[in-house]
Amino acid sequence: MYDTRNAERDVTQNEIKMSARKCQVFYGDKQAIIDVDIDVEDKMVTAFIGPSGCGKSTFLRVLNRMNDTIPIARVEGAITLDGEDIYDPRVDPVQLRARVGMVFQKPNPFPKSIYDNVAYGPRIHGLATGKAEMDAIVEKSLRRAALWDEVKDRLQEPGTGLSGGQQQRLCIARAVATEPEVLLMDEPCSALDPIATSQVEELIDELRESYSVVIVTHSMQQAARVSQKTAFFHLGYLVEYGETGQIFTNPRDERTESYISGRIG
Amino acid sequence: MPVLWIVLIVFAAAAIGYAVARNRALASAGGNARGLHSLPSYYGWNAVLMVVAPSMLVLAAWLIVAPVVIGWSVAADLPNRDAMRSGDVSLAMSDIGKLAQCLTVGVREGAIPPEVARGASLEGTDIRETCADLGIALGSDVTRETLTSAQAYRAKTATSALAMGIAVLALAALGFGYAAMRSNKDFRARNVVERGVLVLLVMAASIAILTTIGIVLSLIFNTVAFFRLYPAAEFFFSPTWNPSFGGGSTLGILPLLWGTLYISLIALVVAVPIGLFTAIYLSEYAGPRLRAVAKPAIEVLAGIPTIVYGLFALLTVGPMLMAVFGRDGIGWMQEASSVMTAGLVMGIMLIPFVSSLSDDIINAVPQSLRDGSLALGATPSETVRQVILRAALPGIVGAILLAASRAIGETMIVVLGAGAAARLSLNPFEAMTTVTAKIVSQLTGDDDFASPEVLVAFALGTTLFVITLCMNVGALYIVRKYREQYE
Repeated sequence: MYDTRNAERDVTQNEIKMSARKCQVFYGDKQAIIDVDIDVEDKMVTAFIGPSGCGKSTFLRVLNRMNDTIPIARVEGAITLDGEDIYDPRVDPVQLRARVGMVFQKPNPFPKSIYDNVAYGPRIHGLATGKAEMDAIVEKSLRRAALWDEVKDRLQEPGTGLSGGQQQRLCIARAVATEPEVLLMDEPCSALDPIATSQVEELIDELRESYSVVIVTHSMQQAARVSQKTAFFHLGYLVEYGETGQIFTNPRDERTESYISGRIG
Repeated sequence: MPVLWIVLIVFAAAAIGYAVARNRALASAGGNARGLHSLPSYYGWNAVLMVVAPSMLVLAAWLIVAPVVIGWSVAADLPNRDAMRSGDVSLAMSDIGKLAQCLTVGVREGAIPPEVARGASLEGTDIRETCADLGIALGSDVTRETLTSAQAYRAKTATSALAMGIAVLALAALGFGYAAMRSNKDFRARNVVERGVLVLLVMAASIAILTTIGIVLSLIFNTVAFFRLYPAAEFFFSPTWNPSFGGGSTLGILPLLWGTLYISLIALVVAVPIGLFTAIYLSEYAGPRLRAVAKPAIEVLAGIPTIVYGLFALLTVGPMLMAVFGRDGIGWMQEASSVMTAGLVMGIMLIPFVSSLSDDIINAVPQSLRDGSLALGATPSETVRQVILRAALPGIVGAILLAASRAIGETMIVVLGAGAAARLSLNPFEAMTTVTAKIVSQLTGDDDFASPEVLVAFALGTTLFVITLCMNVGALYIVRKYREQYE
């Protein structure tokens, strides 16, 4: 039923990259995330699945403090990156987001050239000392996002002129250009056609070599194809978290089984 | 019959037509509204359209055209028409019109016997004095010929009004009958009303366009008349503005244009950074509660009449600048009115324009771009500078050019704040004046309307119009060139 070969291939215990304990998120008076405990491992793809409004995207935004940009959002609990509390007042969210990159649901290239889109992060963080070094970073990032061959002759053209799939890969190249340690992806394929989706999925599998990847997805097939660990969210709770193969073939919780077999959601 | 009565009768007929057409349509379907092609009210509205639209159009056209035609026909009958120049004819016609009006009023008040108005001779009465008593001043003494013409004018006007009343009412009646006849269950009243609505909307849109064309044409004709009297090269290139109402004046636009541009430049230097920073603060940093208070408060500035800004320039800013840069201070300033005074105050006036428009434009930048930049570890100000302003640039350029157009067209602040001296100077603390201020002073003089000293106002207005037109075209070009498409 599901293509789980990829997931079963190498499930080894890696270092824990990010973890959350008793995480709560409130939007005003409404609680969106309740008591979530999770450990995200390094060099591995973790998928968040669950019905719409279950809080998976909200929790993803907890991990790089993007909820700070929403005035009514409030986060409680301990969230750590490499053992450090990222909600500690001494932590600069701007620095944190350079270490925990994010790719969004809809491609959102800046109104700049392809080159400047990729160079945006390295420029603001001063990662390159000269033009040659920047060229190298841009090329490496675009190659990683499997976009280099398509755009290498038109790097100065606007990024908004690319097709949807190319724009999303440009956004991935932009995110990896800052050399993050964790890459958060919020339904990165929901606006893409099947061909672009499979390109991005291949890419996610390659990115696993260097980063810890967390992906929110509505497609259970996609979760099964790309992830090694899967977390099922429902109504703000983390219902079940385990190896992808186990979640899809032998879920422990009734609600998980109902969801993956299509009875709720 | 007075026009008001005609209009009232037509509208009363329309109201009756509504009821009649609606009931006839309903009756044709046997009282069952489901059997009709359209809702019953559409048959009524169709009747209203048929009664009102043609008759009111004819009424409007008649009211515009009839006085012109009557004027021509009376002028053609003037006894020594061939010997007169065009100016004399228009003077004579103006007197005839006034005398006709005076006769009408005089008969109504009982000051003039009706026989005089209708065609009796002038013997024994001083019409000019009688008219003056009635509040109508005639240009010259009333001659036998003028009285005859005025009597003819009155007779023709009366005939025309009667014919107009008959024609309009007949049309309304025809429309009434036609609509009532057509109101049966198969008539597609809904589609006809839809077309009527379309025509109404198109007419509303064309009124604005036609008026603009009319304004431009009147500017152009008067400008051409000015250039017949005054050399164009001197107007555009002479560095002196020295109108003397006795003739022999030098009317060079350069000092005025320089004053306009200099004051506008200072105003923009004040308004653009402050307005833009305000917009950025309000849209990107301020909380919803502060924004709810601050935005309307800033927009109040836009509601202040410019004359109040002018007073502010004259009474507050000017003396303040004098205290610093005047004789007691640095000594650059001779008087309180100066380019700097007017420019600063005009800049304050423009702040809400720039900030309010830019705020809307910045808010229209998709949130996903902000998120994308913040997620890469950019600070809010880096995001604003590198992503948001770039995405909003076309709109912001548009807002600035709009503000510039207002600055160039502004009059009151300049009249009160910048002085009246036409001068070519680089010192912003000297008094200068602008094109608009001089248009006012040239047109409000007591001079002959056909003299170059008055007609120059139209040439100035045309120049100003061409400049703002070029700026708007330039703004459109920039906006098109840099526009990025978002979902």
